[in-house]
Amino acid sequence: MPRRRTFLPTLFVIVVCLCCHIAGSITSAAEGIASVLEAQQRRIDTIRQASTASVAIFAGEAGGGSGVLVSADGYALTNFHVVQPAGLSMKCGLSDGRVYDAVLVGLDPTGDVSLIKLVGRHDFPFAEFADSDRVAVGDFCFAAGNPFLLATDFQPSISAGIVSGTHRYQFPAGTILEYADCLQVDAAINPGNSGGALFDADGRIIGLNGRASFEKRGRVNVGVGYAISANQLKNFLGFLKGGRLVDHATLGATVSTSEDGRVVISDILESSDAYRRGLRYDDEIVSLSGRNVRTVNAFKNILGTLPAGWRVPLVYRRSGRRVEIFVRLAGVHAAAQLAAIVSGGDPSAEQPQRPVPQKPRQPDDPQQPQQLSGKPPVATLPQSLRGLYEERSGFANHHFNTVERTRVSQMIASRGIFKAHAGAWIFTGRLPTGEPFRIELSDERGLIDLPTGTTTVDATGDLDANPSPPGSGGMLAALILWRRLLREGPGSLGRTTYWGTAPLESSQRGTPALVVDVLETSVSAVESRFSVGPSGRVVGVELWINSDADPCEIRFLTPLASDPLEMPGVIEVRHGNELFGTFNVEAASLETIDAPIDNDVNKKAPAESGAASGATLHDSISEPRDES
Amino acid sequence: MKPVVHGCMLRTVLWVAIAAVLGIGTATRPGQAATPEEVIAGAARKVVKLYGAGGGRGLEAYQTGILISAEGQIVTVMSTVLDSDEIDCVLDDGRRFPATLLGMDPRRELAVLTIAGEDLPFFALNESDRVAVGTRIFALSNLFGVAVGDERVSAQHGIVSAMVPLEARRGAYEAPYQGAVYVLDCTTNNPGSPGGALIDWRGRCIGVLGKELRSNDSGIWLNYALPADEAWRGVQAIRAGETQPEIRVSPAKAFDPILLGFVLVPDLLDKTPPFIESILPGSAAAAAHLQPDDLLIAVGGKSVASRFAVQRALGVLAEGDPVRLALVRNGTIVDVDLGPRPGETQK
Repeated sequence: MPRRRTFLPTLFVIVVCLCCHIAGSITSAAEGIASVLEAQQRRIDTIRQASTASVAIFAGEAGGGSGVLVSADGYALTNFHVVQPAGLSMKCGLSDGRVYDAVLVGLDPTGDVSLIKLVGRHDFPFAEFADSDRVAVGDFCFAAGNPFLLATDFQPSISAGIVSGTHRYQFPAGTILEYADCLQVDAAINPGNSGGALFDADGRIIGLNGRASFEKRGRVNVGVGYAISANQLKNFLGFLKGGRLVDHATLGATVSTSEDGRVVISDILESSDAYRRGLRYDDEIVSLSGRNVRTVNAFKNILGTLPAGWRVPLVYRRSGRRVEIFVRLAGVHAAAQLAAIVSGGDPSAEQPQRPVPQKPRQPDDPQQPQQLSGKPPVATLPQSLRGLYEERSGFANHHFNTVERTRVSQMIASRGIFKAHAGAWIFTGRLPTGEPFRIELSDERGLIDLPTGTTTVDATGDLDANPSPPGSGGMLAALILWRRLLREGPGSLGRTTYWGTAPLESSQRGTPALVVDVLETSVSAVESRFSVGPSGRVVGVELWINSDADPCEIRFLTPLASDPLEMPGVIEVRHGNELFGTFNVEAASLETIDAPIDNDVNKKAPAESGAASGATLHDSISEPRDES
Repeated sequence: MKPVVHGCMLRTVLWVAIAAVLGIGTATRPGQAATPEEVIAGAARKVVKLYGAGGGRGLEAYQTGILISAEGQIVTVMSTVLDSDEIDCVLDDGRRFPATLLGMDPRRELAVLTIAGEDLPFFALNESDRVAVGTRIFALSNLFGVAVGDERVSAQHGIVSAMVPLEARRGAYEAPYQGAVYVLDCTTNNPGSPGGALIDWRGRCIGVLGKELRSNDSGIWLNYALPADEAWRGVQAIRAGETQPEIRVSPAKAFDPILLGFVLVPDLLDKTPPFIESILPGSAAAAAHLQPDDLLIAVGGKSVASRFAVQRALGVLAEGDPVRLALVRNGTIVDVDLGPRPGETQK
């Protein structure tokens, strides 16, 4: 009896459990179907959304390709090899069924990227970028584009696949069309897909399709396509928006794999910045731009995604010692060489060693790229694009440089009314040693009082003979120009152009670099670059007294607390490998000529003569606050 | 006392059984399966890049291999890449090993290599049953040699489209293996892909990607893989040192010019130009003064662009028909008469 009593409830429990399990299976099967349908609907919606941002480019005789809108005001990315034959303007169809005129904005022949701008709307649909370094092999992806120029109704063709490889390197044709650090996909990439986006499962841009491995079957997809990584696109977008003819970076050194598998410097130019920073033959490269280097390919991958002129961290190892330096990267090409490539004059561009990039044409597909035979006259631009093109050497379209320069100028101007502060700008404080310093900047001169003595620079004359104070590389000249920029705008600094965007390394380790807009100016022989933060604050200056020498690098850190003009609490000055000085500002006084107000600050400051008639407009502040 | 104990035991056993049932039920829920990213990352560690003889288009010096033992045995396809004293093997983590050829299975066109490894991740080829048509697959291979060093081999996706006997050729020759293969809707017929791993979505190796072959019927390049069990039989035969009977590679509907006394250059490319490599002494070719490096351009007045075309043109001549050739020697065209075509049995 006890046995039966024990057994029956157990049996009951088993039966209940099994029933539940079966019921559960049925439920989960139903849930499974529902979730598949849901996933399918999500994919359909994502593709529909991505299609609205896709551009079908038609360039008449010159063929065409694909593109993708990246902003509501009509900026779209595509391939250099799509735009080059098209010239200055092209017709772009969107999935709304309408055709828009587009004008060339920027060109990157090395990276095979172009920026164009569609006109006619202010609310273009566009796609966001993803972080392409987070893409994994096996991820779902899809390409939207205009293969074989089929999208005559402007509805893009979609081909789905998976990411087959990441951080791939594909050799350039001569010096251009290099696909470094690219994504490899098995989604069908055919002639005409060039310039279209590769999207992730969320419809964000992970790459720009532009190349495929073709072989015995001719120029059709064999499941091996390549897309320029979104992160590379992001690095160059600022330069392209500035209407530039963009160049890629070189270290001025070559690397090879040593017998024990290390990546070492096998040759280095003595004129390179890397050499001046101390890099030598046989040094082992550990990392570049924050990414580890374990193979020569990895080195080429990282370098290939960086714009010329950027300053990036490089870590090397010598005799077991690890050294970090910041290296300014030079360009792969001379400016004239790039211009020749774009206008079709460069032999390496005419005869690509590997004619892999697609060059769709109708009705057939000649092997040789059709060169841009002289720029079409502006008069041939459609009415809608008049006024959107300006020719200037070194630029794809200088008009857009003016647009960007104006944008940044307005950002700076929005920070505060510096114009009124026509008197001397005086900064007082202490060096890390505790000794006092005083900097005075006016229309007439720049002056610095240091424990080692006083240096003065005449601000009215040429600044090129003045690397003062000694050892700084031109600190006073840089500060004089900085004051002039803030007070009078970029127009006061000679020829000023929008340079592009660049990462500005944070002084605190582990904090990501701040992406800044950079203005480039040239006053007599002095070149300078001003870094402008997202809020419009000028956060740094680099000034070259001599283009062959190291610049003076100034960072304006930690704005003084509750200072509406956000004068720097710390001025850091570097030259070459040396930190020239860290100036901890305790008081900043910006005098106005016509509104003298007496103020404690002047009393605290050491005796000075130039600003005796003036006074500060606002109080000085002693507590530096963190930059937001 | 005793029955109670018995009841408890019974209960325990039953609860264990229920738990097992429920446990299995949970484990097989699709939500808990490894993601494609994880499956590929795990399987790619067992795929190696192989470098050997070759170079240039159509004769690439690289292919793919699959680790099949922890000590470093590798199965790959038999090819000209292995026709070298120095075969390099690069693992997923970038380590480079010299590989030695253990043996070949000419019928399945497989080879087994060994490297001096230990504790390596490997595929158990003998543990996979044939998969059904429609099974979703990934193909992992060193296609186009794009991955170097520690870069991961390429991954492509697709499904098994069919399982059929292989009827294929390379150049003029029929493939020696005519057993079942998986036909894939995934473009695996690329330089470097042969020897790669065909895996299912659970990461099991279900096949070995085949050599670059075209269909006998349509001439289309085939995307196919040798099923894992068939590859495993080949591996066992090689491991056992079984001497496979030499497979006579018979030209398909083609006449062997050796019967006329000349040897053409090896048929390695899709359209190998029909250069004469050597002349057999005392043959009709020798009597007609054919020379090495002569390039045949016509047989019986019909132009021949490739080696295969020469063999076919000779094949269509009936025994006893006159054999008239046109060839290019030092830039001039020379006409040659080799007399009547011999019979096929004569040798």
